[in-house]
Amino acid sequence: MKDPLPPAKQRTTPEEDELASMRKKLRGALPALAQPELRRDLWPDMLRRMEQPAVHVVWRVPWFDWALLAVAGAVLVFFPALIPALLYHL
Amino acid sequence: MDLLQRFAAGDMDAFESLFRQYQRDVYRWIVRVVRETAVAEDLTVEAFWRAHKAHARLRPDGNFAAWLRRIATNLAIDHLRKRREYAGLPEELAAEQKLDSAEQQEMRVALRKAFAELPPRLRVVAQLGLLEEQSHAEIAEALGISPGAVKLRMFRAVRLLRKQLERWEKHP
Repeated sequence: MKDPLPPAKQRTTPEEDELASMRKKLRGALPALAQPELRRDLWPDMLRRMEQPAVHVVWRVPWFDWALLAVAGAVLVFFPALIPALLYHL
Repeated sequence: MDLLQRFAAGDMDAFESLFRQYQRDVYRWIVRVVRETAVAEDLTVEAFWRAHKAHARLRPDGNFAAWLRRIATNLAIDHLRKRREYAGLPEELAAEQKLDSAEQQEMRVALRKAFAELPPRLRVVAQLGLLEEQSHAEIAEALGISPGAVKLRMFRAVRLLRKQLERWEKHP
C-alpha cells in the first residue's frame, strides 16, 4: 500500500517540502528502469547454485582492530589499577 | 501437510514450488534497490539459496513472503556496500538526457554520484521510499526496523544529498 499524497492546499512541514523537492530532483537524475520484470525462469540457476560446494567463510579481522586490542591489553597490563574502575563503569 | 510445512521439513518439491511462486516478487524488489537486472537475477537466486539453507528456522505459520523479502533486502544492502561507486546511467537513458542543458546534466551527474555515495542503509530507504514510492510500513518490514526509523533515515539521506548538492553548487 502506498502512502497517500497530501492534497495540494494542505499545509506541509519544511521537512516534507524538502522531501518532495529531493524526490523530484532524484526522479530527474535517476529515471525508472525500462525493464523491471523478470524475463526468464531462474530455477535452472538455482539448481546450479545448489550444486556448488559450500564456501567456508574466513573471518578477517582488520589490522586496526588488532592494534586497538593490543593497546587496550598493554594499558591493562601496565595500569592494573584501572581494571576495578572499568568494571565499575560497565 | 501444507507447502510451508513441507519446505520447513526440507522437501525439495516444496522449495521448487515456492521458488516458482515468489521468484518474480523477489526479483522485482531487488531490482528496485540495486537497479541492475543481471545483479538482481543473481541476488534473487542467492536469496532463495539462503532461504533454503535456513529452512529449518522458518515457522510454518509465519509470513514466508516477508521472511524472504528481508533476506533479499539484506543481500541487496550487502551488494550496495561492496559497490559504492557511481556506475553511470544505461546508454538509452543517458541519450534521453542529452537534450537537457549542460548545467542540468552536470547537476544530475552530481546528484547521482551523491546518491551512490550514500551509506547503504540510508540509500536503500531513499531508493525505495523516494524513487519507488514504497510505503514506510513496507520498507520497515523489509528492513526489520520501525516505520519511524524509516522516516528518520529518509530525512537523513535527503539532508546528506542536499549538502552534497550545495557543495557542488559552490564548486561545480
